[in-house]
Amino acid sequence: MESNNGTTLIVMSGEMDKLIAAFNIAIGAAAMGKETNMFFTFWGIKAIQKGTLTGKGLFGRMMGLLNRGGINVVGPSRFNFWGLGRWMFKQMMKNHHITPMPELLKMAKDLGVKLYPCQMSMEVMEIKREDLIDGVQESCGVAAMLEMSDRSKQTLFI
Amino acid sequence: MTEELKTVTTLDLKGLVCPIPIVKVSQAIKQVQVGDLIEAFATDPGVLGDIPAWCKTSGNELVKMERVDKVFRFVVRRRV
Repeated sequence: MESNNGTTLIVMSGEMDKLIAAFNIAIGAAAMGKETNMFFTFWGIKAIQKGTLTGKGLFGRMMGLLNRGGINVVGPSRFNFWGLGRWMFKQMMKNHHITPMPELLKMAKDLGVKLYPCQMSMEVMEIKREDLIDGVQESCGVAAMLEMSDRSKQTLFI
Repeated sequence: MTEELKTVTTLDLKGLVCPIPIVKVSQAIKQVQVGDLIEAFATDPGVLGDIPAWCKTSGNELVKMERVDKVFRFVVRRRV
């Protein structure tokens, strides 16, 4: 089994603060020449959704409405206040010249970070391939993720 | 000093914050020949730790890191 000095990130969180951390780390790793993979599971899938309405059955569609996806609409894990906190954090980031989230996502893709959606999460939450943004890899399961993690030097769970 | 003679690229990273400085340096280093130098100016104090770490992991050389007022000036040499 060939090993590299890469980084694997398991992104389970769908909140703005955690996703910023995840993308910052992935971008830093890629800029340092490390092979970087991000595995988006459960709430993490929000980061790679287009923002379209998802779901097939009643619960799936309810979830799709309450849990809208899209990198630009995720809120912070605390002080969201129905979106007011999210707006406030975005203003603070702008004032301090922090890269906004959609650009972080694009930068990660441009630097060669591979984005993998979790197959099981997509099935349970009734999210289809067409609901995801372009540029993500084929969805995969835990074995594929563990294999990536085995080959990497470091694996982080966010 | 020899570094002044060989500098080929100057990067203005002032106002940019983590992780953008190392992203820009890593992109710029691909555009120069092995042995060439890149000089950069940044205002993010994070570069003090980030640039040496980036050099170590990417196999490049940190030639100089200094601070002039509020600006950090560093020079790296492409080694790989």
